[in-house]
Amino acid sequence: MKGQLSTKQEILKGLWDQNPTLRQLLGMCPTLAVTVTAVNGVAMSLAVIFVLICSNLMISLVRNWIPSQVRIAAYIVIIATFVTVVDLTMKARFTELSNSLGAFIPLIVVNCIILGRAEAFASKNGPWRSILDAVGMGVGFTLTLTLMGALREILGSGRLFGAVVLPGWEPWVVMILPAGGFLTLALILGAVNLISRQREHAARQTLVEESRVTRRLKLSSARATGVTGGEA
Amino acid sequence: MDLLLIFLGAALVNNFVLSYFLGICPFIGVSSRLSSAFSMGMATTFVLVMTALVTWLVQAYILAPLGLEYLQTVAFILIVAALVQFVEMVIKKMSPALYRALGIYLPLITTNCAILGLALFIQLRGYGFLQSLVFGLGAGAGFTLALCLMAGIREELELAEVPDSLKGAGITLMVAATMAMAFMGFAGMI
Repeated sequence: MKGQLSTKQEILKGLWDQNPTLRQLLGMCPTLAVTVTAVNGVAMSLAVIFVLICSNLMISLVRNWIPSQVRIAAYIVIIATFVTVVDLTMKARFTELSNSLGAFIPLIVVNCIILGRAEAFASKNGPWRSILDAVGMGVGFTLTLTLMGALREILGSGRLFGAVVLPGWEPWVVMILPAGGFLTLALILGAVNLISRQREHAARQTLVEESRVTRRLKLSSARATGVTGGEA
Repeated sequence: MDLLLIFLGAALVNNFVLSYFLGICPFIGVSSRLSSAFSMGMATTFVLVMTALVTWLVQAYILAPLGLEYLQTVAFILIVAALVQFVEMVIKKMSPALYRALGIYLPLITTNCAILGLALFIQLRGYGFLQSLVFGLGAGAGFTLALCLMAGIREELELAEVPDSLKGAGITLMVAATMAMAFMGFAGMI
């Protein structure tokens, strides 16, 4: 019990407890900008996952050789290299997708999630745990972006991944516009806060209940065996 | 006339914050006080203009002649980081008072995506030297405007009753949505 998380916990923390977008409010720019459609959201998050895993792995491997004064600059160069790889690959293979994401692929360099994980996690942990962390954070980011993209696409055009899901739907044009991005994210954040506060409340209730029960149990067992046992 | 259109386009019609979503982090993080929002806006504007000039020169005279365009992203982010560092040192030397006023916000400008975004947009749209300068100025003006407006609204919001779940980022984003809608009104200008 040194505060180390298990493999599963290391991945799962990125999904809810430390979800990069919804809980840490990192990487807001791509979250808002590319989620006009669900496909864009998924493409963007796949690119981010790739960069996140590669840079986390690389940084955790070289972390002991980088002097701490220049570490941020070194991290940025490593991240920028992987972003260039993604950018050129997408331009060559998925020209259409690359066009619709535009400057936001090279802008992954300044996505605070990646630099944030490099500084907060990969620079202090080994390669294996850093990969797990990157996968968790990446999946958390993907879920958020896909949810945002899906909501905006359904309400904004009645489609999901390009297929009509709401025939005869009067499109809410505002959802595709920038204002809709802000609004969707605000509502999702509100919902997440509401759920997590209810959970905390419930957890606190059960904690109080449990401690009351254990205290009563301890008390009764102590009375039964005499206080000398001590291993209760 | 062309330059005026670029300036207005970057500052109002396609405001960097409210329509390209660039620089959202400082927009949400720094914009709770009007004075710090204005300082941040000014510092960012300065870095934006410098970045526009330097990246344009580097692209035109170093990367393009040598056929190194694929290093664009790496080169640009290094230029931005170096510029921010340089600006920080100059301000510290020239005006310690301003340096203290800006404090932590200065180094944070490096990771403001508006800066790198500006450099990339200039290349995507093939702007010339003077156009890049005006584009940088317009982007900075738009960023400062959005930041100050948001700070003013947030100072008032402190007195308003906001549902608990929406406090902080939630209500800020809602305000941003309203502002984005208002800025859409400029769309007919050009």
